[in-house]
Amino acid sequence: MAALSFVIPMSVMTLFWGIIGGVVPWFIPKGPNRGVIVTMLVLTAVCCYLFWLIAILAQLNPLFGPALKNDTIWYMYYHWP
Amino acid sequence: MGSLFRSEEMCLTQLFLQSGSAYDCISELGEMGMVEFRDLNPSVNLFQRKFVTELKRCEEMERILGYLLREIKRADIPLPEGEVNPVAPLPKHVLVIMEQLQRLEVELSEVTRNKEKLQKNLLELTEYTHMLRITRNFVHRSAEVGPTYEEFPFLEKDSMMDYSSMQRLGAKLGFISGLIQRRKIEAFERMLWRVCKGYTILSYSEIDEYLEDPDTGEPTKSVVFLISYWGEQIGQKVKKICDCYHCHVYPYPNSNEERNDVVEGLRTRIQDLHTVLHRTEDYLRQVLNKASESVYTWVIQVKKMKAIYHILNLCSFDVTNKCLIAEVWCPVNDLPILRRALEEGSRKSGATVPSFVNRIPSNDTPPTLIRTNKFTSGFQNIVEAYGVGNYREVNPAPYTIITFPFLFAVMFGDLGHGVIMALFALWMVLYEDNRKLKYTRNEIWNTFFEGRYIILMMGLFSVYTGLIYNDCFSKSLNIFGSGWSVNAMFKSGNWTWDSTLRTNAFLTLDPNVPGVFNGPYPLGIDPIWNLASNRLTFLNSYKMKMSVIVGISHMSFGVILGIFNHLHFGKKFNLYLVLLPELLFLLCLFGYLVFMIIYKWLAFSARDSQMAPSILIHFINMFLMQGDGVPPLFPGQVGLQVFLVVIALLSVPVLLLGKPVYLYWLHNGGANRIGMYRGYERVRRHSEEELSLMRANDMEEGSVPSDLSTSREQQKEEFDFGDMFLHQSIHTIEYCLGCISNTASYLRLWALSLAHAREYQHTTSNCILY
Repeated sequence: MAALSFVIPMSVMTLFWGIIGGVVPWFIPKGPNRGVIVTMLVLTAVCCYLFWLIAILAQLNPLFGPALKNDTIWYMYYHWP
Repeated sequence: MGSLFRSEEMCLTQLFLQSGSAYDCISELGEMGMVEFRDLNPSVNLFQRKFVTELKRCEEMERILGYLLREIKRADIPLPEGEVNPVAPLPKHVLVIMEQLQRLEVELSEVTRNKEKLQKNLLELTEYTHMLRITRNFVHRSAEVGPTYEEFPFLEKDSMMDYSSMQRLGAKLGFISGLIQRRKIEAFERMLWRVCKGYTILSYSEIDEYLEDPDTGEPTKSVVFLISYWGEQIGQKVKKICDCYHCHVYPYPNSNEERNDVVEGLRTRIQDLHTVLHRTEDYLRQVLNKASESVYTWVIQVKKMKAIYHILNLCSFDVTNKCLIAEVWCPVNDLPILRRALEEGSRKSGATVPSFVNRIPSNDTPPTLIRTNKFTSGFQNIVEAYGVGNYREVNPAPYTIITFPFLFAVMFGDLGHGVIMALFALWMVLYEDNRKLKYTRNEIWNTFFEGRYIILMMGLFSVYTGLIYNDCFSKSLNIFGSGWSVNAMFKSGNWTWDSTLRTNAFLTLDPNVPGVFNGPYPLGIDPIWNLASNRLTFLNSYKMKMSVIVGISHMSFGVILGIFNHLHFGKKFNLYLVLLPELLFLLCLFGYLVFMIIYKWLAFSARDSQMAPSILIHFINMFLMQGDGVPPLFPGQVGLQVFLVVIALLSVPVLLLGKPVYLYWLHNGGANRIGMYRGYERVRRHSEEELSLMRANDMEEGSVPSDLSTSREQQKEEFDFGDMFLHQSIHTIEYCLGCISNTASYLRLWALSLAHAREYQHTTSNCILY
């Protein structure tokens, strides 16, 4: 679980949505729509981050693998790394 | 955040309008559009109000305008598309408009009537011409054309003998000729035969072209017939039968010369009629064209006028002071604008004494006003479809701007389709000022156009969720390289080329074999699953758990938003007696379910896949308090579950009884002890205008504190415990059942995303041939 292939995406996405939800709101200029825009940014960041997180956590420890047809296996053996 | 977070603060004001400038002031207020009038004459019948005659006049004008619009549309005259926004006309201009409209109506109806008459005439003449032309062929000519007919002896019995030859026989031969509708001709013939017993001879022939039926206006086929009969009695019978069948009978000429004269005469008359008809139609078009230029302006002016008189009817007329009094709800921030509008109205009407506005305190609950712009109004409309919030309650709309498109996108989840949707909406948004797009009368297009921002958000979120689901036109994108490796199964697993591959149609990769699974795909679902036959097994589990997690988060967010309401209305006790039990119930049961889902994802891997527990079974066992059958997820699970269930079950009676009992205690027993405190609170609240709002909200619960004017220590409260308890028990039942059923209904996120992918796949495989 501490494999690099998990840590890098985790930190990149957390940083990305963290900036959008936590840092950008401070830079929105004052005006009548400031409140709405800040709400939108924070909610977007939370929703999208949560959605991505669920997707990656669900695949972290798979309990079973994909069942492939033998032609697919044959193709993948030669063409996928 | 201002206005979108919660509704605006409103105040009740009293307007004193001079009767001379009342109309103009209300016109100005109408243009401003920010106030709501209260009805000060609720007991007065609609027909007895002051401005009934003016309203009737407006309705008469509306009727004429409706007639005008119908005629213009029938003549296919294009109406100007531009946006017109004229102000309401002054009463003195109204007479001019009214007179114009009435003149137009009279003219139009006269011209239309004339046109109809002319057309009827034309039809008759045309029919007569046809009849003459066709019956010419029926008539047997005189001897000079005899030889021609001798070749066809069977025509003898059908053709008519010439009048002169018949006279020699001494009988009186009569003719009736005319037109009848084609569908009636057989019945007509049969009737003639039966009635006249063969003493009539009927010949008929169909007209090739369609003639317009004067009654229905539809083109029908007609048949020209010629009856010749012998004798006076038969003639009467034949005439009666013709009447029965609604035939158009025309006089039959006796000789050829007469026939030719009639034909000539008819021809000239038809030509004249055509010219006159043309001119009439031109004139009609001219009149309609002229009317069409200003008809929309008039429509709006009349509408505004009607609205102003309707509002004037709501005001009470103070006869002694010669001024109108109106009570109006106005946002506090807009009071200066209101004053300015009144000044403007007074100035326009040239009144010497200005109208003014006075703010008055009130007990009633003000209406809810939420200011929106073109972007937020769509989402506010969606929220209001479920119900309008109470005064100064937290508004769910700003959060809906994101969550509604997001939840749609979770169900839609396709990158390619999302791009198309977003582009379509972007086009609508960029061209939103285009007149043709904005003002079409097509209902379906208007629906899409009004929701263009919503569709844009939905499209953009769908692009993101399509990326995460790895679904682009139901195919997957392999951007980062799959985490599953087939080669490792051959190297480290027990697959061999010859035996395993050739003997098995389907083979499953085993994540236990080292090197097969190299880590989760960094952005979304691994592309290998699109090629797998057990794809749905994996996706179903993933999407169902995702739906439950998203659903519980959404619901908890909603419950937590209630904190703002409780704090704003000053009812801190609600936090402990309502919010806390609600949250505990939700989180102890369903929050624990979310915890189990995430724990299972993190703690169980392929190594223990044989013993991986089913979360559903654990959840059910939790309620039944049985923990023995299955091995626990984690040590101490049974004890924790019992603890959580007990807390959840205890929070239900707290939710049910806490608030009513507490308020009852406050009302009766607690008054002595904390009377001082409440007195202090009352004095403090004296200075704020919000006291009126406090009272308004307390009235909801059935408790009314003392009134403002006196500082009596006595409180004349009406605290209805039964009412309060009933209200709270309904809320408890609704909340608990709602928790369960709403959580389950979030599974539609799973169901619809599944349906979308499958439907598109089937569409492509069935309709698009590779």
